Amino acid sequence: MRHDHITSAKQLSRADIEGVLDRASEIAADPSAYADRHEDALLGLMFFEPSTRTKMSFSAAMKRLGGDIVDMGPVDSSSVKKGESLADTVRVVEGYADALVMRHPSEGSAQMASEFVDVPLINAGDGAGQHPTQTLLDLYTIRENAGLDDLTIGIMGDLKYGRTVHSLAYALTNFETRQHFISPESLQLPRNVRYDLHEQGSSIKEHTELDGILPSLDVLYVTRIQKERFPDEDEYQKVAGQYQIDSELLENTKDSLTVMHPLPRVDEIAHDVDDTDHAAYFEQAHNGVPVRMALLDALLGGDR
Amino acid sequence: MTDEELRVSKIENGTVIDHIPGSQALNVLAILGIDGTGGETVSIGMNVPSDRLGRKDVVKVEDRELSQSEVDVLSLIAPAATINIIRGFEVVEKHRVERPETVTGVLQCSNKHCITAEDEPVDSRFEVLDDGVRCVYCDSITRENIAAELLI
Repeated sequence: MRHDHITSAKQLSRADIEGVLDRASEIAADPSAYADRHEDALLGLMFFEPSTRTKMSFSAAMKRLGGDIVDMGPVDSSSVKKGESLADTVRVVEGYADALVMRHPSEGSAQMASEFVDVPLINAGDGAGQHPTQTLLDLYTIRENAGLDDLTIGIMGDLKYGRTVHSLAYALTNFETRQHFISPESLQLPRNVRYDLHEQGSSIKEHTELDGILPSLDVLYVTRIQKERFPDEDEYQKVAGQYQIDSELLENTKDSLTVMHPLPRVDEIAHDVDDTDHAAYFEQAHNGVPVRMALLDALLGGDR
Repeated sequence: MTDEELRVSKIENGTVIDHIPGSQALNVLAILGIDGTGGETVSIGMNVPSDRLGRKDVVKVEDRELSQSEVDVLSLIAPAATINIIRGFEVVEKHRVERPETVTGVLQCSNKHCITAEDEPVDSRFEVLDDGVRCVYCDSITRENIAAELLI
C-alpha cells in the first residue's frame, strides 16, 4: 500500500483493497504469526465522537500486533473542550504515536487533519462523510461469504447520511457488482456519491421498496435509519417500518443471501434473523480486528 | 463593439466583461472588489437580450485590468464570459475565461458540517467541475448559486 493516510475509500484501488484483504486472511488463519509484529508501536486514538466497535477493534488490532494504544479519551476531558483547533490537536498528538486513528463529527476533518501530520492518519468516520476501514471489513466479509465479483448487492436504509454506505458504494465500483440502493426518498444517496458512482461507470439502481429486488440479491447491507433525520416521531415510525427485515421476509430470498449491518442496530433487523444462515453481522464486526491488523501492518511498514 | 455593449457608453481604457449570465453583474463586481467606494467608473448592463445566453449582463470598468485570480473566480459564476481589454477606445485583447482546476480561499463550502466551516487554519479549496465546484475536504458538490458562497 502506497498511501500515507487512509481518509477515504476513494483512494483505495482494487489492488490496495485486495492486498489488505489477503493480508487479513493470513492474519485470521494464523494470528500468532503477527503477535510481535509491531512490538514498539503506539497507536493514537482520537475519538471526538463516541465509538464502541471501531475504537475497541482498533485497540484490539494494535495490541494483537504486539503494540499498544494511547487514547485521547472523551472530548469532555480533553483540550478540545478548551477551544483548541483540530489542526493543533493532531499536531500535538502525532508526537505521541506512530499512527493516528481519528473520528470527528465534521465532514472532511480527516482530510484536513492528514495535511498537518507526518504519521499515518486513519479516518474512523468524519460526520456523514467516509468510514474507509469499515468498508475494508465489509468487503472482507462480502468476499468470505459471497465473493466480490459478479455480485448483486442491496444497500438499504439511511443512504444520505450513512458514511459506511458512502465508502462501501464507492469501493464496490472496483469490482463487478450491481448495486441496488433502497431508501425513503428523503434519505437517498447524496449528490457527491451519486456523482462519483456515475463517474466510475457503476451500474446503480435506486428503489423505495425492497420487495421487488430481494430475490435477486447476494448480499443485503442494512443500515440504521435515525430518528433525528425526521421531523417527528410519527413520520419516523411510518418510514422506518418499511425498511425492517425479519426471518419471514427472508423466506423469499436466495438461500445464500448474506445479511450485513455495520451495527449498532435498533430494530431494522429482527432478532429472529440472528439464528438464520443469512446473518453475517456479528462475524462482520469480528472481522474488524484482522482487517484493521492488516491495515495497520501495511501502514506501519510491515514486510510481507 | 456589439450593439448590446453600446447600450452603455464606450470606455476609453479598461475592461469590458461580456456574456455574464443575466443578473450576475453585481456578483462580478463583488469578485473585483468594486463596491463604489474606490471611485472607479463602472457601467453595468443587466438582462440585456443575448442570442447565446437569453439574457446576459455586461460590466465595464474603466482604467482597470483583471488579475488571473480574479478571472479564475469569475469563471465559476460566468463560465461563458469574454474579457475585452480596451485601450484608446479599441479592443486590444479579447479572451474567454478559462476554468481553473482548483480555486483556493475564494469560496466557502456550502456544507455547514464541513471542517472548513470550523475555526481551523486552512483555506477552503475546491476542485472545479464542468458544472460546479467540489470541496476537497468534505467532497460536497455545489452547483447552484455558487456566487452565494463567495468569500470576497
